[in-house]
Amino acid sequence: MPTTPHPASPQVPDVAGRFGEFGGRYVPETLVYALDQLVVEYESAQADPQFQVELDDLLKNYVGRPSPLYHAKRLSQVCGGAEIWLKREDLNHTGAHKINNTLGQALLTLRMGKQRVIAETGAGQHGVATATACAHFGLDCVVYMGEEDIRRQAPNVFSMKLLGAEVRPVTSGSRTLRDAINEAMRDWMSSVETTHYILGSVVGPHPFPMIVRDFQAVIGRETIAQCRLRFSGLPDLVVACVGGGSNAAGMFFPFVESTKVPLVGVEAGGRGNQPGDHASPLTYGSPGVLHGSFSYVMQDEDGQTCDVHSMSAGLDYPGVGPEHSYWKDSQRVTYTSCTDSAAMAAFDALASNEGILPALESSHAIAEAMRLAKTMKKSARIVVCLSGRGDKDASELARLKGVKFG
Amino acid sequence: MSAIDSLFAKFRSENKKALMPFVTAGDPDLEFTAAVIRELVARGASMCEVGIPYSDPIADGPVIQASYTRALGKKIKLAGILDMLGGVAPQVDTPLVTMVSYAIIYRHGLEKYAAELAQRGVAGMIVPDLPVEESPQLAKICAARDLSLVQLITPTTPPDRALRIAATSSGFIYYVSVAGITGERTQLPPDLVERVSWLRQQTPLPVCIGFGVSQPEHVRLLAPVADGLIVGSAIVRRIAEANSQGRDTTISAVGDYLGTLLAALK
Ligand SMILES: Cc1ncc(COP(=O)(O)O)c(C=O)c1O
Repeated sequence: MPTTPHPASPQVPDVAGRFGEFGGRYVPETLVYALDQLVVEYESAQADPQFQVELDDLLKNYVGRPSPLYHAKRLSQVCGGAEIWLKREDLNHTGAHKINNTLGQALLTLRMGKQRVIAETGAGQHGVATATACAHFGLDCVVYMGEEDIRRQAPNVFSMKLLGAEVRPVTSGSRTLRDAINEAMRDWMSSVETTHYILGSVVGPHPFPMIVRDFQAVIGRETIAQCRLRFSGLPDLVVACVGGGSNAAGMFFPFVESTKVPLVGVEAGGRGNQPGDHASPLTYGSPGVLHGSFSYVMQDEDGQTCDVHSMSAGLDYPGVGPEHSYWKDSQRVTYTSCTDSAAMAAFDALASNEGILPALESSHAIAEAMRLAKTMKKSARIVVCLSGRGDKDASELARLKGVKFG
Repeated sequence: MSAIDSLFAKFRSENKKALMPFVTAGDPDLEFTAAVIRELVARGASMCEVGIPYSDPIADGPVIQASYTRALGKKIKLAGILDMLGGVAPQVDTPLVTMVSYAIIYRHGLEKYAAELAQRGVAGMIVPDLPVEESPQLAKICAARDLSLVQLITPTTPPDRALRIAATSSGFIYYVSVAGITGERTQLPPDLVERVSWLRQQTPLPVCIGFGVSQPEHVRLLAPVADGLIVGSAIVRRIAEANSQGRDTTISAVGDYLGTLLAALK
């Protein structure tokens, strides 16, 4: 008999960084000092009204928040069901939600008196957002990026360099996001005393999953306020894509206690459901340890991390943030998986019907929303987190579609 | 008492220092690993640390990472490694200890992993990604089977925390020489001797130094202040480099290298 799970609480994580049984801190002793320092600094920042004032000012005047909540009428019509609304994180400065987190963590870096920042990046959006925050504050910035991602997200690599960051190619393993995180952690092992690691998603050891979620929660808070203003209620469904899970966590977290609002996280389904063909640990994986955290992961019978696939560099990751594992097991959020081809079709639909080029990552969420909209009443409203814009993907899309430029 | 406790009790009474080589299991294959362990012990290694290859080792530098990648590329599995250890342990009179990621132990099952080590005569484990806060459950399981769970202290560990780690470690304390990843280093931190001397006054447990240790000068400098020294990347690199020259040559080259370190220990 299935047991009824404990309802998800927003009062997580605990002091050990646990979201239910997930999370924690599985890292070499060398890093514990820096993680403890970050916990202390974050607590002191939260208690300091000046910190929030400064961050809010940056979000408003530098990032351009609040990001609009846009009713995609033509797309909704084409789908023929529920209304589809888009939370336009793509309109943020640097083109994705990632900047919400990097500005917050850059402020923490300054408070800790550190002058050097490292980051990993997959799609390059977090790398660009980190390089941007560092340029803004005059911090040194090194970004680790897998060679495969350097190839498929070339425009972002150039942007990072223009912003003054050093991009270090990572050639180990599958040369994607997972390997970039390994390399950034190794850098941090030798540089903890002078360097802050701005991790880009709700993954990694405590306190990263909590801090990144908190900085991204502005997405969900704004969405709730905008829904109240635009249609005097809450949406009937909220959808977001899940790589490491930061845009989804930021969108979902403020909704956790509004249990009448179903939340759907969309993982990368890649080429299909066979091992190695997708990047959907919540859908097909099992609990295990990766990058310092206990969470769902794609692993073999020995606990070795498996290679995964997604056409979208930002979702091409075998792990996921521990709070998502907690939300999955407590059944607060439903997780599903969307294939490369469905995401590509959603990209085309949004481009041709709305004049918006979504990031390939976000296209996964759009695809699922389009699918679900058809099954819902016309009066129902779906909010999709449009986590980023697709300019960075144009050349890779052309390659995938077999189109040659010029 | 684990085999490691007995070893250090004996060494301390004889005023001897331990030299502990590290080898990656399955690089280039398990048969080789067994042979190289036998050779290292025959040459005078006091203990052997056996690295279980892991896909995402964040504490390891390029040399050990590459050895893990090679071994995993050859489909080396945990079951095969444990069998190999079961074969070697009775052939050598020194303790064997596994260096293993918590990701692997968790997946295998904590109880099961400990039981299988004990059954095969392995003396304990070092889990480089399991800080003291996360270790109580595994520590209990190890204690119940007389296995040592060796904990690590690093230059970034504050003194009060170091004492807490020392109190929960068993077998010995692994003192990491540098804030950083594994790999050979020509220079070790200038305050290393002082730090280790301090730690050794605080705890009855033996203290062994690892990370970077690779040259006879390191041995001469550090042996007087520690109970033992751990040599990893320098051995793994020699195995990788010498492999093209055939097994026997490689094995004796690695043995010769250990010999130069042992000579510095005298
Ligand atoms: C636009 C966009 N959306 C989503 C993601 C996936 O990350 P997360 O799941 O942390 O939001 C990325 C990551 O690079 C991204 O660039």
